[in-house]
Amino acid sequence: MTQMSAAEAAAEPRSTIRLSVNGKDHVLDVPDRKLLSDVLRQDLELTGTHVGCEHGVCGACTVQLDGDPIRSCLIFAASAQSHEVTTVEGIGDDPENPADVQQAFIDSHGLQCGFCTPGFITTIDAFVNENPHPSEEEAREAISGNLCRCTGYQNIVKAVQRTAELRGGCGQDCCGKDAPEVSQ
Amino acid sequence: MKPSPLRIHRPKTVEDTLELLAAHASDGKIIAGGQSLVPVLNMRLASPKNLIDITAVEGLDGLTATETEITVGALVSHRRLERDPGAACANPVLGEALGHVAHPAIRNRGTTVGSIAHADPNGEMPMILALTGGRVKVRSLTGTRTLTADELNVGPLETSLEPEELITEASFPSLQPGQRAGFDELARRSGDYGLAGVGLIMSTDNTDFASTSDRADYVDNVDPASSGAAGTAATITGLKAGFVSVTDTPDIIELDDVVAGTPVDRVDTIVDAVASAIKDFIDPEGDIHASADYRRHLTGVLAGRLLKRLSRPKNARGVSVLSGGQ
Repeated sequence: MTQMSAAEAAAEPRSTIRLSVNGKDHVLDVPDRKLLSDVLRQDLELTGTHVGCEHGVCGACTVQLDGDPIRSCLIFAASAQSHEVTTVEGIGDDPENPADVQQAFIDSHGLQCGFCTPGFITTIDAFVNENPHPSEEEAREAISGNLCRCTGYQNIVKAVQRTAELRGGCGQDCCGKDAPEVSQ
Repeated sequence: MKPSPLRIHRPKTVEDTLELLAAHASDGKIIAGGQSLVPVLNMRLASPKNLIDITAVEGLDGLTATETEITVGALVSHRRLERDPGAACANPVLGEALGHVAHPAIRNRGTTVGSIAHADPNGEMPMILALTGGRVKVRSLTGTRTLTADELNVGPLETSLEPEELITEASFPSLQPGQRAGFDELARRSGDYGLAGVGLIMSTDNTDFASTSDRADYVDNVDPASSGAAGTAATITGLKAGFVSVTDTPDIIELDDVVAGTPVDRVDTIVDAVASAIKDFIDPEGDIHASADYRRHLTGVLAGRLLKRLSRPKNARGVSVLSGGQ
């Protein structure tokens, strides 16, 4: 952040906001213009949420708002009050005991540098809840709003289906609903 | 922080919202989902001093669908409207277009009414409002008025709304028996703004060909086993087309003269004439991604494909008994 003069800082509108993040309530005094992504990272030190493009294109900052994936760089922290925010830390924060989505990324070799991964984790966690038997095409559509510059996506698509497997779905086009046409 | 300093107001009622709007008419802006506005603020292309966040306002989240119209409150997200079974049945063109609105994470937060108020000619929903003959309800402290898309849209990103006015809801007429509608768009990457997009509403003389109860079948997830080829004989009586990214405002062209009297199984004979009329009507601009000529050509191709799809017997998308596949 660029330095503001004392007068500018004094004129900066601020508010006390209540945020519920990963099941914990926080009362924070923040500038009104502060985006949820910045409050998560700077005020709550939840640095798992990564900030890439900061205008909604890259998907790295994706968090869940009441369970639905949203861009945390496109919502003011003040507007996230009265909603439950879930970050990647809320999905799994223990290297010894990763969440199923995180295990799926390990199993499928779904990450390299890892910058985009938190956005994928929050996106895929919500998507597989909604669609426990994703076809490959549905998996691709689900992650189409997240950019990854390392993997080429193939192993992330596999990680979507591996997540479904770990949750007891099948994830491999084998469950009837999305069964591929088989020539008899 | 990326946006310039601003104050966020969070009213709880429409009345309080209208008071705030009137008080900050010169330097205030409504924010709902913010999926178009926040990028503009982050890049400091706009720097309003006051944001009136309406997401906590009661009474703006209504969504109803009847045989007459689909009514969408100012806080209804794209995603909620996209998934609403009643809306899908009443007019499937909304859901088809919504599937092209950015990505799911943007649709979760962005609102359909907000998109209409933003009036981006690259946006799908301002065009759908115009194509369906929809209206918006606008409130201010001094009263309520109802605007057609034509009355609302002035130019790219410009509407006839006064600074102290709020769109509280949009309504989209339902398809009537005998009508079919669809949307298609081509973008360079999934979720990007379209290079070109087309929406069509086709009217026929046969209510069996496109009856309300069957609409969801031919639009989504076709189950070929569920029905025979009932109602295949129909004559096209009218056609309306609207466009994304290739006109300045959501202008609609009526093509009744070109199509009227053509049986649906002879649609191939009018596809070129329809595409040609559309290419004359639109006014695309070239940019780094696509030349004006390419966008014009693409719009004609998309319109032709869509017209053929709408002309197929119901429950037979992709397996047309008339043309053997495409």
